[in-house]
Amino acid sequence: MNAHNSVSRRTLLTGSLATGFLLAFHLPLRAAVNEPVQPEDKTDDKFAPNAFIRIDPEGLTTLVMPQVEMGQGIYTAVSMILAEELDADWAKVQLLHAPANEKLYGNPIFIIQATGGSTSVRAFWKPLRDAGASARAMLVQAAAAQWGVDPASCTTSKGEVTHKASGRTLGYGALAAAASGQTPPKDVPLKDPKDFVYIGQPFKRLDTPEKVNGKAVYGIDAIVPNMKFATLAQCPVFGGKVGKVDDHAARKIPGVRQIVVLDDLVAVVGDHMWAAKKGLDALDIAWNEGPNAKIDSKAIWEDLRAASAKDGVVAKSTGDIAKGLASGEKIEASFELPFLAHATMEPLNATVHCKPDSCEIWTGTQIMARVQSEAAKAAGLPIEKVTVNQHLLGGGFGRKLEPDMVVAAVRIAKQVEGPVKVVWTREEDIQHDVYRPVYRDTIAATLSGGKIASWKYKIAGAAIIARWLPPAFQKGIDIDAVDSATDVPYEIPNVHVEYVRAEPPAIPTGFWRGVGPNNNVFAVECFIDELARKAGKDPVEFRRGMLANQPRFLSVLNLAAEKANWGQPLPARVGRGVCLQPSFGSFIATVVEAEVDEQGEVNLRRATSVVDTGIAVNPDTIVAQVEGGLIFGLTAALYGEITIEKGRVQQSNFNDYRMLRINQTPKIEVHVVKSGEAPGGIGETGTTAGPPALRNAIYAATGVALRRLPIDRKLLAAGKKA
Amino acid sequence: MHMATTLTINGETKSFDAPPDMPLLWVLRDILGMTGTKFGCGIAQCGACTVHVDGKAVRSCVLPVSAVANRVITTIEHVGTTPAGAKVQKAWLEAEVVQCGYCQSGQIMSAAALLAATPNPDDSDIDAAMAGNICRCGTYVRIREAIKQAANGRQS
Repeated sequence: MNAHNSVSRRTLLTGSLATGFLLAFHLPLRAAVNEPVQPEDKTDDKFAPNAFIRIDPEGLTTLVMPQVEMGQGIYTAVSMILAEELDADWAKVQLLHAPANEKLYGNPIFIIQATGGSTSVRAFWKPLRDAGASARAMLVQAAAAQWGVDPASCTTSKGEVTHKASGRTLGYGALAAAASGQTPPKDVPLKDPKDFVYIGQPFKRLDTPEKVNGKAVYGIDAIVPNMKFATLAQCPVFGGKVGKVDDHAARKIPGVRQIVVLDDLVAVVGDHMWAAKKGLDALDIAWNEGPNAKIDSKAIWEDLRAASAKDGVVAKSTGDIAKGLASGEKIEASFELPFLAHATMEPLNATVHCKPDSCEIWTGTQIMARVQSEAAKAAGLPIEKVTVNQHLLGGGFGRKLEPDMVVAAVRIAKQVEGPVKVVWTREEDIQHDVYRPVYRDTIAATLSGGKIASWKYKIAGAAIIARWLPPAFQKGIDIDAVDSATDVPYEIPNVHVEYVRAEPPAIPTGFWRGVGPNNNVFAVECFIDELARKAGKDPVEFRRGMLANQPRFLSVLNLAAEKANWGQPLPARVGRGVCLQPSFGSFIATVVEAEVDEQGEVNLRRATSVVDTGIAVNPDTIVAQVEGGLIFGLTAALYGEITIEKGRVQQSNFNDYRMLRINQTPKIEVHVVKSGEAPGGIGETGTTAGPPALRNAIYAATGVALRRLPIDRKLLAAGKKA
Repeated sequence: MHMATTLTINGETKSFDAPPDMPLLWVLRDILGMTGTKFGCGIAQCGACTVHVDGKAVRSCVLPVSAVANRVITTIEHVGTTPAGAKVQKAWLEAEVVQCGYCQSGQIMSAAALLAATPNPDDSDIDAAMAGNICRCGTYVRIREAIKQAANGRQS
C-alpha cells in the first residue's frame, strides 16, 4: 500500500490506449497488450498485460484499483479476484489507485468511472477475472516456450509457473519480460469456483494496517510543498449570492493571507486552517439570499404531498389492479422520509494547484473522471491538462459522487498563487450537502385468504438519475427511485407501481448510502407488517406464505427468524421487527429487537441479519459491511433529519445532526449464507434493512405504526396507541 | 500574534510559531505535517482529533496550543510505542475493526488511554471512554470486541 500513500509519487497511469470501453472489458485485452499502459515511473521492464496488472522482474505485482476505497474493503476484494485468476503471490501484491480514465476504468454498470450503488464486485467480477486469467495464460505461455513444453502441462500457484514432469519452476518476475511478448489468448477459461484458493477466504484487508498508525493518507492529508490553507462559506440560502464583504477585521487575523470573493462563495486563505477559519469568522458578509429564502420544510412537504396525490408514470403493472383493489377491503397508508446529510467523517476537501496551463488536484472522490472533466471546465483548461491524484476516502456514502467540492476548490485556487488546500468546516459540510431527497410513498392493498391480493404502490420523490446519469433516465422513470419497489419478493396477483417525479425547490439532492431502496424497502416492509396484523398473522409467517417460489428469500428469512429467537417471549414494551428485501443483487433478512421506554425513547437491544450475497469474495468484509450498514441505517431512523427554514439548513454539526454512538449500539449478528451464485452487492444492504426492521420492532413493542422517519418519540410514550 | 512555541510531541521537541489560541489539532496537521490526527467537527463532538496529553485522551480540536506547553503529547503516529497503544493497534487489525479508517486514529487513542488507566474494562467502562468517538462506518461492534481482545492480551 505504500505506492499510493505518498502524494509525491504519482498514482497516474499514462499511455495511449485509444481503445473503447467495451474493448477494454469484453475482448481479451489484446490492445492493452499491444500498447501497454504502465505507471509513469519505471515503465520499461514490467509485464503490463492490461489495465489492472503490472508485474516487475522481481515479481512485485501491482494491481490497479478501478473502484475507490472508502471503507467498504473493495481494494482487497478487487485484489483477491485478480490474484485468484492470476494465481498471484498474495505476499507480493501492492495496490495503486487508478487514474482518471473512463475508458480503462469505467464501471461497466454505470459506464462512467464511478464507485457506488453496491456495484463494484458485481460490475467488475467478470472483467477482473478475465484480466487475471489472461495474464496468467501469457505467463504460462512464456514459461512453456522457454522450456519447450505444452502450456497445458504447466500449472501455476503463488506467482510461479511449474512444469511438474521436469520439475522446473519459474517465478512470474523472471517471466515478466518474456510474457510481454506473448499474444493474449482468446476466450481464456476461468477457474471453477471449487478451485478458488483466495476467493471465499476471510482475508485481512490490505488497506487497514496504515489506518491504525496514522500513516494512511486521505485527501484531506495531502501535503503539497508551499501550499496554503483555505476554508469557505457559501450562501446559507441555497442559490444565494455574495452581496458585500467587509474583510477589515479578517485581514488583521495573524496568518490570513488572502480573501477570495466569488459570486456565490467567499474563501479565506491562510497559513493554516486555524487562520483561515478565524479569518472567515471575522468576515462580515452580506448575502443576496434571493427567492429561495422563502423555502421551508413545511412548504416542501405540502408540495410533495400534493405531487404524490397525482398519477405517476407506470413502472410496473401485472394482473388487474383496478379489479383487485375493488374486490376487497382496501387498506391504505403513506410513508415519508426526510432529507438526510451524508456527514462523512472526513469533511469535504480538495487541494488544488492551478497554473496558467495546468491544474493538479489531490482529493478522494467516487467519480475520478467526472471530477477531472468538471475541474477542467472550472479551470478553463483542456481535460488533459488536469491531473487528479486519488486518495483514500474518509467515507463516501454517495457524497463524493458529486464534484462540487472540487469545482469550488478549483475556482478558489484560480485566484491563489501556488497550491491551496480547501477544507470545509463541518458546518459547511452539513449545510451544503447534496441531500438524500424527501420521499413520500402511498400504498393501497387488499387481502384475500391471509395473503396480499393486490398492491398499488406510488413513489413521489426527486429523480437523481435524471441529473446524475441522464441517459439512464428513460420514459420518466428513475430506475433508482423505483429500485426495490418493482421487485418486491412476495407473490401478489395484482401489482401496480407508479413513480411521480417531484423535485424539491432549490435543495440539491443526490445519492445517499442505500439510495432508492432506502425509501422503498422502508415503505414496503413497514406496510407488510401492517397488513400482517390486519390478516391476523405473525409477520414472519405472513411473509413466508407469499414466498413459495422464492427459495433464496425464504432461506434467509427462516434463518434470521431462527437466529433471532423469533416468537420467543419478550418483556413488555420490547418487540422484534423483521425486514426482508431484495438488495443490490443480494437477499437479506433482518430482525431488530428494541425496547421503547415509558418516555418513548428507543433502546436497540439486538440486530440479526442473514445475507445471501452469492459467492462471498471476502466473507469478513461482507459481515463488516452489513454491521456498519445497519448502524448507518439505524442512525438515520433514530435521528436523521435535515430541515429547512428560510431557505437554509437548520442543522450544523454532530450536536444537532446526531449519530449513533457505541453506547447505543446493539449486539449485531450477521450470518452469510454459502452460495455458488454470482456475487451480489453488499455495501448498502444493511443500511436499507435497519430502519424498517426497527420500525416494525417498535410496532410490535407498542402497537404504534410509525409512518415517518426519524422516529417520533412523542408518539411512543406510554399509553399512546396507533 | 504568533508566538514561538515549544512542545514535546511523541518524545521529540518541536519548535514553531503559532497563535496561542490555535488548537493543537491544526498545529499537528498544518504546521508540523502530522496528519494522522484528524479533523472531524471542530467542536469536540466526534473524537476524530483525539490525542494523549499526559496519557489522557483529549480532543485536540478545542485544545489551545498555549495550554499544552510542558505537557507530554502523544499522537497516533507514536501511540504504538506505548504498551496499551501497541495492544490496541494489534487487536484492531486482528478484529478487522477498520473500514474507511478516518475516525480510527481517534478511536485508537481513546481506547489506548482507556486500557492504560483501566486494564480490564467492562462494557460500561468502554461505553464511557468511547462514546465521544463517532464512527460513521459503524464499526462499534468490533471496537468493543477489539478493546476486550486487547485487554485479554494484556492479562496473558
